[in-house]
Amino acid sequence: MTLRPDLALIARTVTPGARVLDVGCGDGALMAALRDAKQVDARGLEIDPRNVAAAVGRGLSVVQGDADTDLATYPEASFDYAILSQTLQTTRRPDRVVEELLRIGRQAFVSFPNFAHWRGRLSLFWGGRMPVTRLLPDTWYDTLNIHHVTVDDFRALVKDRGWTIDGQWFLKGDRETTHANANLFAEHAVFLLRR
Amino acid sequence: MASASFPDDNRFGLRRQARLPGPLRLDSGAALGPVDIAYETYGRMDADRSNVILICHALTGDQYVASAHPVTGKPGWWWRLVGEGKPVDPARHFIVCANVIGSCMGSSGPASIDPATGEPHAMRFPVITIADMVRAQAMLLDHLGVDRLRAVIGGSMGGMQALSWPTLYPERVESCIVIASTARHSAQNIAFHEVGRQAIMADPNWRGGDYYADGAIPSAGLAVARMAAHITYLSEAGLTEKFGRRLQGRPENPNGSKTFGFDADFQVESYLRHQGLSFVERFDANSYLYITRAMDYYDIAEDHGGSLARAFAASKARFCLISFDTDWLYPTAESRLIVHALNAGGAQASFVELSSPFGHDAFLLECPELNRVVDGFLTGGRA
Repeated sequence: MTLRPDLALIARTVTPGARVLDVGCGDGALMAALRDAKQVDARGLEIDPRNVAAAVGRGLSVVQGDADTDLATYPEASFDYAILSQTLQTTRRPDRVVEELLRIGRQAFVSFPNFAHWRGRLSLFWGGRMPVTRLLPDTWYDTLNIHHVTVDDFRALVKDRGWTIDGQWFLKGDRETTHANANLFAEHAVFLLRR
Repeated sequence: MASASFPDDNRFGLRRQARLPGPLRLDSGAALGPVDIAYETYGRMDADRSNVILICHALTGDQYVASAHPVTGKPGWWWRLVGEGKPVDPARHFIVCANVIGSCMGSSGPASIDPATGEPHAMRFPVITIADMVRAQAMLLDHLGVDRLRAVIGGSMGGMQALSWPTLYPERVESCIVIASTARHSAQNIAFHEVGRQAIMADPNWRGGDYYADGAIPSAGLAVARMAAHITYLSEAGLTEKFGRRLQGRPENPNGSKTFGFDADFQVESYLRHQGLSFVERFDANSYLYITRAMDYYDIAEDHGGSLARAFAASKARFCLISFDTDWLYPTAESRLIVHALNAGGAQASFVELSSPFGHDAFLLECPELNRVVDGFLTGGRA
């Protein structure tokens, strides 16, 4: 089974045997990969009951819940990594969610589509329309993504809160791309943070 | 797979009963002994005894989880979940289901004979708790030679027993499935039970519980208790869909009409009366008093210094909690409380709220998602 590029990147980086909380774990693809390849003790939080059922069916421990409200019930430093992949832009308060991730996990992976990618800029600049792209495929009125964010916006938030960046990766399609001008050229960003 | 071979062992099979010497120390301080337990087993125990699943039944349930009920002739109450090709499968699992103590289907309860007097216990039977029911189940498992449970599974009151298992016997439970249940009985739950108990005790035939000799049982009171409880098992949407305000058809008037009296004009009235009447044929009124009382006293956190997380501290079990979105008797919030406590303790916990129009009763009804989750949880991690 091939993992989504950002998940494959996270899976490569997680240390074997770690304790991991995957927030917004979907059907558990990353958790299953981490368990099978790296003997990771993985737990999940997922809002869609069909996804929870699918993940439980894989023998994973997944709790149905909402990242905006339910992270508070996990104790301090109970995981080595907390992972939030392609979910940040759907939360009501992304800053508070990341704050919780860094409370629960020693480190946190956060991955999100970069809204400042040049294709989106062109769409808005020349077409005057909200961009609809491969990574942001929904139209503005039916999208779950309520807080669009760019690489530079996220860096600014990290700086403002005094978090430490332990790693950052930028993706174009399924390939890693250069850090230079990431805000313009990256379709997708993955950050590894520490408090 | 090697199976332990007990072909002649009369401890295993359908319609079994064990008399265990006891005494069973009860939460009330009383001691019960001997302890009769009626039960059924399905499937065969593996040689290493690692495939045992205990099923716990709800308030008015029984040991006939997957075989025809001897009184009603109906299929086992959880045949949708337990049976050939189902998530709990006698081809793979050794399944045990026992009648709880306090009940009336062959386990020690108010209707059974007190060997000391030769008379039914009636209200002289000691008050029992959910934990007492679990301790009696543990005695039965000792008798069957079962040390560890691959899983304990229950819905509603059965879920309360399932959840109590890892708190009382942390070393004996590998996984625990709790469906449409709670860690404590709420004031509203207690209130509904009190209505039922008062209906029974107000019946002139109840006579302080000593009604066994002449067959004049408090059937009117018990039927009312069942009718009130039955409403709590359904959802308003389900009731409306099934009955609405439709009138009861009669031979002379198939579409029904108002009688301007107190006959069962509405279909929902007729349905509830039928539920009440059929219940008194299979259940004992005193047992209803004792078991509802056990549920009311149930509060796992209270038993552990007010901390639910502490109750599970010694357990290494995997947990799976399932609720239904239209269940207002044991709503999703009750399951979430348990999940939060398990998370706080770092337990392996899964939770899902399933969608169903059928209210609390959904756990007994057709629900492919329920089967998928239970099957996945039981087979998961054992590829």
